[in-house]
Amino acid sequence: MLIRDAIRFAIQAMSAHRLRSLLTMLGIAVGIWSVILLTSIGEGMHRYVLAEFTQFGTNVIAIAPGKVKTGGQAPAGIPSTARLLTMEDAIALKQLPNVTGATPTVWGNSELAANGRLRRSTVYGVDADFTRVFSSSVRIGSFLPAANMGDSRAMIVLGSKLRDELFGQQNPLGARVKIGGLHFRVIGVMAPKGQFLGIDLDDTAFIPTERALELYNREGLMEIHVIYQEGVASASVAKVVKSLLKLRHGAEDFTVTTQEDMLNTLSNILNILTMAVGALGGISLLVGGVGIVTIMTIAVSERTNEIGLMMALGAQRATVLFLFLGESVALASLGGLCGLLFGIVTAQLLQFLLPALPVHTPWSFAIGSLLISMMIGLLAGVIPARSASMLDPINALRAE
Amino acid sequence: MTEADTLIRLAHIGRTFYLGDAQVHALRDINLNIQQGEYIAVMGPSGSGKSTLLNVLGLLDRADAGVYHLAGRDVTTLAADEQARVRSEHVGFIFQSFHLVPRLTAAANIELPLMLAGINPDERAQRVKQVLHDYGLDARAEHRPNELSGGQRQRVAIARATVMQPTLLLADEPTGNLDKVTGEEVVALLEALNGQGVTLIVVTHDQSLGARARRQIKMDDGAIVSDTAASVIVGATRDEST
Repeated sequence: MLIRDAIRFAIQAMSAHRLRSLLTMLGIAVGIWSVILLTSIGEGMHRYVLAEFTQFGTNVIAIAPGKVKTGGQAPAGIPSTARLLTMEDAIALKQLPNVTGATPTVWGNSELAANGRLRRSTVYGVDADFTRVFSSSVRIGSFLPAANMGDSRAMIVLGSKLRDELFGQQNPLGARVKIGGLHFRVIGVMAPKGQFLGIDLDDTAFIPTERALELYNREGLMEIHVIYQEGVASASVAKVVKSLLKLRHGAEDFTVTTQEDMLNTLSNILNILTMAVGALGGISLLVGGVGIVTIMTIAVSERTNEIGLMMALGAQRATVLFLFLGESVALASLGGLCGLLFGIVTAQLLQFLLPALPVHTPWSFAIGSLLISMMIGLLAGVIPARSASMLDPINALRAE
Repeated sequence: MTEADTLIRLAHIGRTFYLGDAQVHALRDINLNIQQGEYIAVMGPSGSGKSTLLNVLGLLDRADAGVYHLAGRDVTTLAADEQARVRSEHVGFIFQSFHLVPRLTAAANIELPLMLAGINPDERAQRVKQVLHDYGLDARAEHRPNELSGGQRQRVAIARATVMQPTLLLADEPTGNLDKVTGEEVVALLEALNGQGVTLIVVTHDQSLGARARRQIKMDDGAIVSDTAASVIVGATRDEST
């Protein structure tokens, strides 16, 4: 039997019971629809979160003091020490090959007083490399200058929101800001950067790291952010960074996290999340599959006579098997196609109605869902189609 | 008569069914030779084994004992798919209740065996058209079975049985569901096919229909009790051999 004829035969059989076939397809369609919709939202979330994290560039390595590890108890009486990350470490890192910048970072929350107003804000101690590391830009004035060691002047750059709060529409350049007894002169205002996971990146102030250490009475840095040339493998840079710091510290008492590692981990978590919501949709798909098994079983018992006839007319058992399998696959894949279209339309509609909700339907999901529905058709059809092909032609012909 | 003309040779064919603990001998030691082009009526009371004989002849059923040669080939122990192929090429079935597929048009019903045999669509269309014309069904080609009269339905069924040009036509009570006049028409049609050389075997209760056949086989309790042609054929074979 030719494949084309088999397909036509299956479609004829389906259209002979139009309502029944449509309802069966609806079961699969709803399943695929929910899978597509849920995974679209999951994937949209995924992209949204990753985009949030990559807005600072992906070629960044963060170094934090201290190493998380489990060991034996230290010998009694000798305190274990971790060396602090220092300004000197940051400056040494700047010299490494492929490293294009490193910013020593300290942050804290302080009350800023200026222009007769007070506002509590996050104050970052950074250096001139900051704008490059975090891909941010200055709107007016300039960013902190590259300073010589031990010689950083008391200057401050304001985040756009902080500037609005403290100075309104006035020009803040040259004005003085007082933070915890120290005086700073405003030399610039950052361009707005928006929110990052709910943190307002514009309600901030930037001062030289050394001043921040002084302000917060700290000896060591909280973090060093290193930026390296685009296209260089993060692992190799991380290795060089590690060996340099080990050399300086005598032991690995720091933790190096590449942005890539972090993004990979995050991406994995988000993928699992997407799969989990997809699996929830999969339950309805399963119900749709059971619907197909039911309908195909009914079809086989209704058409027992026809099966006997086909065998009498010379149909091989495999032909009967494939005809019924084909019918079930056709039911499932047509249903899947409808569900896919519904799903994409709903996803688009959602995006239109709720622009804040990130929704994205990748092609791989669309094609994957079609393949899944075909597979469901195949699986659902196996038992009924097999029982059809195993019928005894004489009994089948005699059945009423 | 030569060996080559013998279409069917049944030797010691037996078929036993088991109904619970009871054994039912549907066929007992059937010996039968049928020549190409014969017209045979198989008669007998219900349960005499006529239908089982027809099913064995049409390879829908398999004998438990004995040997069956069809067109010189031993088909006793063929696998199911091989049997299907032989049915497709050699055997046409006509049933009492027509067995038309209700959702398919007359033309599509006739096309079914061609489609199952994997014949290409152009040739199929041509052959179906020819057959429709031969059976006077041109105007009914696109009608579904429920839009046809009983006689027309059986004509469609006969067209379907003959479209593969089988050598053997097996009819199980072909007029059982028809009134007398249409029954006559259908029988005439079958006889015309026999006239063209197709071997026709009709199972029937109807004495007058049975009487029209050139050879009558009467069965009772799974055995052949009389065969009008047996003596003639045996005689003929003897005549030739002497």
